[in-house]
Amino acid sequence: MSQWGELLNPHDEAAAADARAEIEPERYEMTEGPAHHFGVGRRDFFRVTGAGIVVFGVLSQTAAAQEAPAPGDGQRRGGAPGESGFAAEEALPENIGAWLHIAPSGAVTVFTGKVEVGQGVRTSLAQEVAQELAVPLARVSMVMGDTARTPFDMGTFGSRTTPIMGQRLRHVAAAARQLLLQLAAQHWGLPAAAARHLRAEAGEVVDPGSGRRLSYGALARNRELAAATYFRQGGLTPAADWTIAGRSVPKANGRAVVTGEFRYPSDHTLPGAQYGKVIRPPAFGCRLEHVDAGAARQLPGVTVVRDGEFLGVTAPTLEAAERAARAVKASWSPAPAQPSNADLFAYLRDHAQTPEARALQLRGSMAAGLRAAAHRQSATYTIAYIQHAPMETRAALAEWRDGGVTVWTGTQRPFATRDALAEAFHLPRAKARVLVPDTGDAFGGKHTPEAALEAARLARGAGKPVRLQWSREEEFTWAYFRPAGVIDVRCGAAADGRLTAWEFHNYNSGGAAIGTPYDVENQIIAFHPCEHPLRQGSYRALAATANHFARESQMDELAHAVGMDPIEFRLKNLSDERLRAVYHAAARAFGWPGKKTRPGQGFGFGGGTEKGGRVATCAEIVMNGGHVEVRRLVTAWESGAIIDPDNLRNQITGAAIMGLGGALFEEVEFAAGKVHTDRFSRYPVPRFSGLPVIEAVLVNRPDLPPAGAGEIPLVGVAPALANAIFDATGERRRHMPLARSSRV
Amino acid sequence: MRLVLHVNGREHAVDADPEALLLNVLREQLGLTGTKYGCGEGECGACSVLMDGELLRSCQVPAAGAQGHKIVTIQGLAAADGRLDPIQQAFLDEGAWQCGFCTAGMVVAAHALLRRNPHPTEAEIVTAMNGNICRCGTYPRVVAAIQRAARGGVQGGAA
Repeated sequence: MSQWGELLNPHDEAAAADARAEIEPERYEMTEGPAHHFGVGRRDFFRVTGAGIVVFGVLSQTAAAQEAPAPGDGQRRGGAPGESGFAAEEALPENIGAWLHIAPSGAVTVFTGKVEVGQGVRTSLAQEVAQELAVPLARVSMVMGDTARTPFDMGTFGSRTTPIMGQRLRHVAAAARQLLLQLAAQHWGLPAAAARHLRAEAGEVVDPGSGRRLSYGALARNRELAAATYFRQGGLTPAADWTIAGRSVPKANGRAVVTGEFRYPSDHTLPGAQYGKVIRPPAFGCRLEHVDAGAARQLPGVTVVRDGEFLGVTAPTLEAAERAARAVKASWSPAPAQPSNADLFAYLRDHAQTPEARALQLRGSMAAGLRAAAHRQSATYTIAYIQHAPMETRAALAEWRDGGVTVWTGTQRPFATRDALAEAFHLPRAKARVLVPDTGDAFGGKHTPEAALEAARLARGAGKPVRLQWSREEEFTWAYFRPAGVIDVRCGAAADGRLTAWEFHNYNSGGAAIGTPYDVENQIIAFHPCEHPLRQGSYRALAATANHFARESQMDELAHAVGMDPIEFRLKNLSDERLRAVYHAAARAFGWPGKKTRPGQGFGFGGGTEKGGRVATCAEIVMNGGHVEVRRLVTAWESGAIIDPDNLRNQITGAAIMGLGGALFEEVEFAAGKVHTDRFSRYPVPRFSGLPVIEAVLVNRPDLPPAGAGEIPLVGVAPALANAIFDATGERRRHMPLARSSRV
Repeated sequence: MRLVLHVNGREHAVDADPEALLLNVLREQLGLTGTKYGCGEGECGACSVLMDGELLRSCQVPAAGAQGHKIVTIQGLAAADGRLDPIQQAFLDEGAWQCGFCTAGMVVAAHALLRRNPHPTEAEIVTAMNGNICRCGTYPRVVAAIQRAARGGVQGGAA
């Protein structure tokens, strides 16, 4: 196969051993936004101040340093075209008061730029703070994702909330607790020896000697607090000693959710708010040529806004806005020639952006590894574009006041959205405020600011607040997609099952989890960015799903060639003890190897590690004619110490179900710049029917810091199903979705 | 056009657009935003309401068509004293949501199911609920919540 030769020749294999260039792990966390640069001016400054009593203190440098982004984990440097507004990074405040307020009543308010999109962090972060501060959980409330009130945050992505924000807030809370102990000692005039015996519990400082108590609220009211600007960093409570964290607790806002009173971004309004509607091109790549808005402007209360390529209307009602949008006569240039999903994979392979891979890991010598192999294999896998299809479509409410703009919207990146607004409208950052009410799903699909920009532009034109909610068809067409990909694997194993060679090339879908967790001396691993036909970006677990699908399918094929049990074969080549433990846990809970009791039955396994989480999924399927009936999925998971077992179980189960859709049947169909699968009746997603029995096996490691668990639990599903289909039929399916025909 | 709608136990006179869907009048004119837009084609169930006790996709009917009927939305299920409907309580007890955006439609659909069939089998639950989508994938918990409500096992509210 030609691609192997081309990729191997440029490299001197002797130099390869120390040429382990770092894999770019999260290319698609950030992605292009629509480059609106509106022609509007500037006015004056406005500012929103928070209220409440601030406990001052200085956070240790150690904790502050932990927020620094890891290489490649966060901002893409260089600011590619259309990415404006996504390159900002700000220094984080080190005073406790920026993160934590204690009111005289004893109520604790936590400020974080993270947002709640269903992953449960409004609850789990509050648990961590309550634990470290020693207050009842009910006393802690979270202010999230408000650029005027919360410290800067890059965004809620990359499974970073638990390992980074959670740890940061634990440090803040522990520091505040230490400070409160100190203040109580000062208040009582205790000598240092006696002060050491003070305890913090349930929102009070207790002096065990005398039995006296002082509430946090009373201490926070003490004016001497302002002078107390230093403390010694207190140690964090070990997870083994947790009493509030580490337990299942009811989710925040539960009553409001089940009664329908909770207000999501699309539920917010303001007096006099108009309804916005954006007029979209008929296909990707069409340019706006001419607009006749005369008829639309005749309609009562209608404003038509054209600004460059942007075209939209506002009206006093939803129905009037839709009528006005229909009344605008826009002519567009013909759609340029562009690929369809039928020729997608050839297109991607032909349009790798550089002859050499952007991210490359080289180790040993592939030639030597293949010579040492008794079994050599090569295969190509393809992964379709899929859509996030969040339950809540993109929505925003925008209001201009005093030369500044405030936008309520569902985004995973409130600060980047603020910056995009500032840039698009030529405002100082302080004149753009973004608030993110808890949002109806995101799944990595709401990194970009488009609805906020559109609503703000329309509000500017209308001179009134504007609400905008994308239709489902807009969401399926104009949001971005999980990147499609082509993956080539070449590998070899010795007769005894030892991996000797592993070569892995991912075209377009991404570099997340592209490296193999298995021990193999000779490796080439490369990610090849490609020109791509659809707007693409992050999706829950990123390319870890595609890369696990290809790797774990190929590992299964090698196991069969070698004649070993698939899990045994993996364990033979696996030295990561945590991952081994998870594989064992899944196998044990599933009853691996399964015993076939009916025709068409098959069992499959898939596992791996990414973002600090370790996962293994065992699947049981039955083939009914051509139909894949998934009977059972068992997922074992380990991500360090468990903060809320019930929420973790909920996330793992939900990830498995979401993973089923992409693994089996979700696929975006598009041609000539149009998305055919632009509604749920054309783009099926998992529903109640046909779901397997799903079991989550939680491996708790209280001795290890917690990692994120919202994404990676889904990556074992597709390979486990592919391998189960092989077990049932002897057929290797190398295209995701598995239940549709391959389109290599 | 002037409409009189009976919603959540009260009559509301509204001046609605002739093209207005029931969903939009509920959300935009009555402020009952618990009922959600999800797809506009009756495929996802987020807009579910009850009309005379029967399940209805409010994105599929003109508001005018609801005149003369009793509409109950998610925000009309709890008792006036704040006591939750048993199915709402069961969702709380089972933690049967993640983002919660589909929950209102799920609760309403489950309420309609239990009204018609107080003790559904699991298969009947799946069939009845299959028009409601949850992208977070909380379906097993929703089934468990419906089963809990059906056996009267809620922790509060059912008394």
